[in-house]
Amino acid sequence: MSFMRIPYFTKFVFFVHLLFVGLISGQETEHDAYEGPKDKRTEIKEHIQHHLQDSHDFSLYSYTNEAGEPIYIGAPLPVILWDNGLRVFSSSKFNHGDTVAEVDGNYYKLYHDKIYKTDTSGAIDHDEKGHPTNRKPLDFSITKSVVMIVITCLMMFWLFTSLARSYAKNGSIPKGLGRFFEPIVIYIRDDIARPNIGEKKYRKYMPYLLTIFFFIWFLNMFGLTPLGVNVTGNIAVTVALALLTFLLTNFTGTKDYWKHLVDPLGKTMPWYGKLPIYIILVPIELLGLFIKPFALLIRLYANMQAGHIVLMSLIGLMFIFKSWLGSPLSFGLAFAISLIEILVAVLQAYIFTMLSALYFGFAAEEHEHESEPELMHV
Amino acid sequence: MEKLLNEFSIGLFVWQTILFVLLLLLLRKFAWKPILNAVNDREDGIKNALAAAEEAKKEMQNISADSEKLLKEARGEREAMLKEAREIKDKIVSDSKEQAKIEGDKMIKQAQATIESEKKAAIADIKNQVAELSVEIAEKVLKEQLSNKEKQLQLVEKMLGDLKLN
Repeated sequence: MSFMRIPYFTKFVFFVHLLFVGLISGQETEHDAYEGPKDKRTEIKEHIQHHLQDSHDFSLYSYTNEAGEPIYIGAPLPVILWDNGLRVFSSSKFNHGDTVAEVDGNYYKLYHDKIYKTDTSGAIDHDEKGHPTNRKPLDFSITKSVVMIVITCLMMFWLFTSLARSYAKNGSIPKGLGRFFEPIVIYIRDDIARPNIGEKKYRKYMPYLLTIFFFIWFLNMFGLTPLGVNVTGNIAVTVALALLTFLLTNFTGTKDYWKHLVDPLGKTMPWYGKLPIYIILVPIELLGLFIKPFALLIRLYANMQAGHIVLMSLIGLMFIFKSWLGSPLSFGLAFAISLIEILVAVLQAYIFTMLSALYFGFAAEEHEHESEPELMHV
Repeated sequence: MEKLLNEFSIGLFVWQTILFVLLLLLLRKFAWKPILNAVNDREDGIKNALAAAEEAKKEMQNISADSEKLLKEARGEREAMLKEAREIKDKIVSDSKEQAKIEGDKMIKQAQATIESEKKAAIADIKNQVAELSVEIAEKVLKEQLSNKEKQLQLVEKMLGDLKLN
């Protein structure tokens, strides 16, 4: 089957490529005559940039009214700052970065979705590289991402406790939504936890694996809804998730795990033989300890971020092309990418869970494979 | 890297960690434990039921084998009994035949003996009768021969003649 598809696919790509190159070059010459598209492009770029970042408002959409003022539809969110004391106020005070918020004699300004301390005029100073030099207060605001996390948490809690209750009520037989979620739970148990962690210890890790899988999956899926919140594509979120995996791995690590880390070759070699190898090997092993969760967090972050960028760029293309051929084409592509993103959403959740289970498996290992090749860990 | 660090928001990180750990603990207690236990219980139940069914099947096989054996034994026993009965019958028949023969022989012998004795008696009787008849005939003959004087004288003369001779 697949070898049949490849020629079709390459043909399709070639076709699309031809169309695009032709269209874009055509558009370019046409639009270079007046300044319009440049603005549109930067506008779209900024819009994507803005979308990818966390926001202090839960804005659904915005438009410019006849007077030329931007109108935002959405809800303000609470801002919580630590700046020589707790400062709590509504994000409506920022007016989407247009005005300076004054709280207890302190002045704050929203600049590129970050809160800076400033003076009454709201001046933001820049260094030679263009980065703001104003002091940033510690920001614990309930941002759009936090709201989505809370919603996801509530949803998961409601969903899975009701599932648990339905089990109790129906005598261990899944009903309704349970029919959909139970196979996934069993899959995580039988195909992720059991083979990677081992029959003896997998139970201990099951709650974490299940929670992290559904958490990432649901947040990924939320990212594809028109709400379009990019939570799992936010580095702070993935750091937090990977850090938990890291901590769990190393706090549940057995003696064998640590011994393996500092003495990977074990008794297979005399100490004077191991010494020159260990000068290189042990630092690599120790580095690997941190590289593993780091790869985990970057993988999730980059995948979700990239998905959103591609999707939004394709949607943006529609407005750049503004032609009968280009716009439907980019719409079609955006649609196709959306479908792929649905797959990516579950795939990334799966990979995160799978690798977490794999690391737990290393940490929970007990002696058995002294002579197994070291490559397994890399 | 710098972009990443710039994007990193400590507030979001803290919220995410707190909320996620909270979610994890709550779900562990209220969702995953009951769900996994229910699934495990069900799987154990299925496993046990299957094992019980297997056991029952084995037992059934044992029982049917037992009954087969019993049937065989019963059949054998019946066969033996029939054989024995046949033998007994044959023996009885042959015994009675012999008995009858012996009895018959005995009766025949008796009959023969009776016939013999009857015959003897009859012969003896006939002899007596013959003797009596002969005597009577002789008497009659004598009476006739000695009815006149001449004849009596003749006889006496003859007898005297015989005596002289002696």
